[in-house]
Amino acid sequence: MTQDDIRTAFIEELTKIAPDIAAEDIGETDHIQDDLGLDSMDVLNLVTALHQRLGVDIPEPDYPRIATLSDAVPYLAAKGAGS
Amino acid sequence: MAKRNTVGPASVGDFGSGPWAAARDLIDAPAGSVNIAHEAVDRHVLSGHGGDRAMLWLGKDGTRRDLSYADLADAAARFAAVLAAHGLTTGDSVFSLTGRVPELYAAALGTLKAGMVFTPLFSAFGPEPIRTRMEIGAANALVTTVPLYKRKIAPWRDQIPSLKLILIVGDEAPEGCVALGPAMAAASPDFETVRTGPEDPALVHFTSGTTGKPKGVVHVHNAVLYHAFSGCEALDLTPGTVYWCTADPGWVTGTSYGIVAPLVNRVMMIVDEAEFDLERWYATVERERVEVWYSAPTAIRMMMRSGAEIADRYDFSSLRFLASVGEPLNPEAVVWSEKVFGRPFHDNWWQTETGGIMIANRPGSTVKPGSMGQAMPGIEAAIVERTDGHLRTLGDGEVGELALRPGWPSMMRAYLHEQARYDKCFLDGWYLSGDLAMRDGDGYFWFVGRADDLIKTSGHLVGPFEVESALIEHDAVAEAGVIGIPDEAAGEIVKAYVTLNPGFTADEALERDIRGHARKRLGPAVAPRAVVFRNTLPKTRSGKIMRRLLKARELGLPEGDISTLESDET
Repeated sequence: MTQDDIRTAFIEELTKIAPDIAAEDIGETDHIQDDLGLDSMDVLNLVTALHQRLGVDIPEPDYPRIATLSDAVPYLAAKGAGS
Repeated sequence: MAKRNTVGPASVGDFGSGPWAAARDLIDAPAGSVNIAHEAVDRHVLSGHGGDRAMLWLGKDGTRRDLSYADLADAAARFAAVLAAHGLTTGDSVFSLTGRVPELYAAALGTLKAGMVFTPLFSAFGPEPIRTRMEIGAANALVTTVPLYKRKIAPWRDQIPSLKLILIVGDEAPEGCVALGPAMAAASPDFETVRTGPEDPALVHFTSGTTGKPKGVVHVHNAVLYHAFSGCEALDLTPGTVYWCTADPGWVTGTSYGIVAPLVNRVMMIVDEAEFDLERWYATVERERVEVWYSAPTAIRMMMRSGAEIADRYDFSSLRFLASVGEPLNPEAVVWSEKVFGRPFHDNWWQTETGGIMIANRPGSTVKPGSMGQAMPGIEAAIVERTDGHLRTLGDGEVGELALRPGWPSMMRAYLHEQARYDKCFLDGWYLSGDLAMRDGDGYFWFVGRADDLIKTSGHLVGPFEVESALIEHDAVAEAGVIGIPDEAAGEIVKAYVTLNPGFTADEALERDIRGHARKRLGPAVAPRAVVFRNTLPKTRSGKIMRRLLKARELGLPEGDISTLESDET
């Protein structure tokens, strides 16, 4: 899975959980909670969704590492997303 | 403003006798006046404790800011002066909509100091709940931030005729608003505290109703007596204690026990601007040597999920007392916390209406995991049943409605402009909580469920009506029924059942669009996490959607009495 695929997957799962956000409005460094308005339940749901879709296990202490698109993509890639 | 009522406490301003006579010594109340801001801050400065630390503020970005009692007193006085300079007067209504920033605390204390009434709103609310609450509370002033103002307030601010002043945290403000930073810098720090009477309104907190609009729960200045008392008795707050209440002041816990009770008891409060972040929280407890920690089951369950291994890396030896509120804390979490932190979380129970902790696993008493604890000293609690317009008190082990004998100082005095709804809370001299519970032979109470359709999600009450109203504003939605379904992390999550208007097709895209619409209106804390489609919803003969039936079916429970069912779900 390329970084672009991971990126697409991340955006799709994020907008599924928070359909009030349009994919094109998500900036590279937008914080999913502070800027995009997700709450902690949304974050838990995102972690679960990414796990199901990409087979990546994201432990609780790593949650800050998926807080922005620019952090999440390399992090998920390094964890072997989709492989 | 608030209409007084005689159904509730009659003579709480009289400290002379009864269980609260001793608590009277916990506050100053100069010349019979009671002002929460004076009791929380000014009197400590006057008695030589101005240099004591009142607050350590932790910014999201790692900033740390220490505020002494003298600093808080100064900020409160300046804030009060800003309100007065803009023509606001005693009894006016000041709302806040901000994250946990120092200005929020200055606003709360400054408003009270000026004899005005403070209403904090949760900043994650969407524009709809904010507007409804500001309309009901007839807001005269609002304290908020630029992003929140632009996203949630600006489009409709002109439609709230009472709103005279919008203060914006920071140094710059959009047109028609006032920047709070320069205004406070220019204001006098010598504002004289308004001598409010014990029964003058101080705080209005909103809580959800099953039907109709949210209720504005009115609390008076004399509530501070109970905040002082319960802060010591239920949370072991003593002068100098390093205390961290993780609740947001947008909810009653974050005000009663995140501002008033700790400051009255002269503790050092930790205020963290950031949301729950496991390692940040653990590191904060370790680094700041937190002694008393008051949190909520949702957060505690998230800690549990992450396991004991991460917790093992931190030093929790400073912790002396742990408490939890918002919804029942499951027994496993109590046992787990004892293992990991060396102390169990002590569950306690209260409501927006009660203003303070009513039932608690108190310091020094035996914790019964899964129980909310025993009635606080001076509080009479019972399990009752309504029969023929009267109450019957039930015995130990029987399930009924949890009721309290009114009279403690922090009991609500009114629902704003809703006398009939207020009166309905009382019967035969008891306040009826709407919670079902059971008392055991040792006097410990055990939560069973809600007696009504209110949803408890992440510790907050959500009224199904408010959610349904937002859903049917979507073009596609004809009818909506909203219930809470059990969830491991949040206790319950909000789920909606909707029927569609002709011409719309039930599919994934529409489901998302409806959820997106609801989130925009209501914010993520209130909007449904799941929306399902139905052809029809179960309704009574009078056309009311039977949420109870939706829930029973969702959970596979007995359907109970369905004699009023007119048309069923398909």
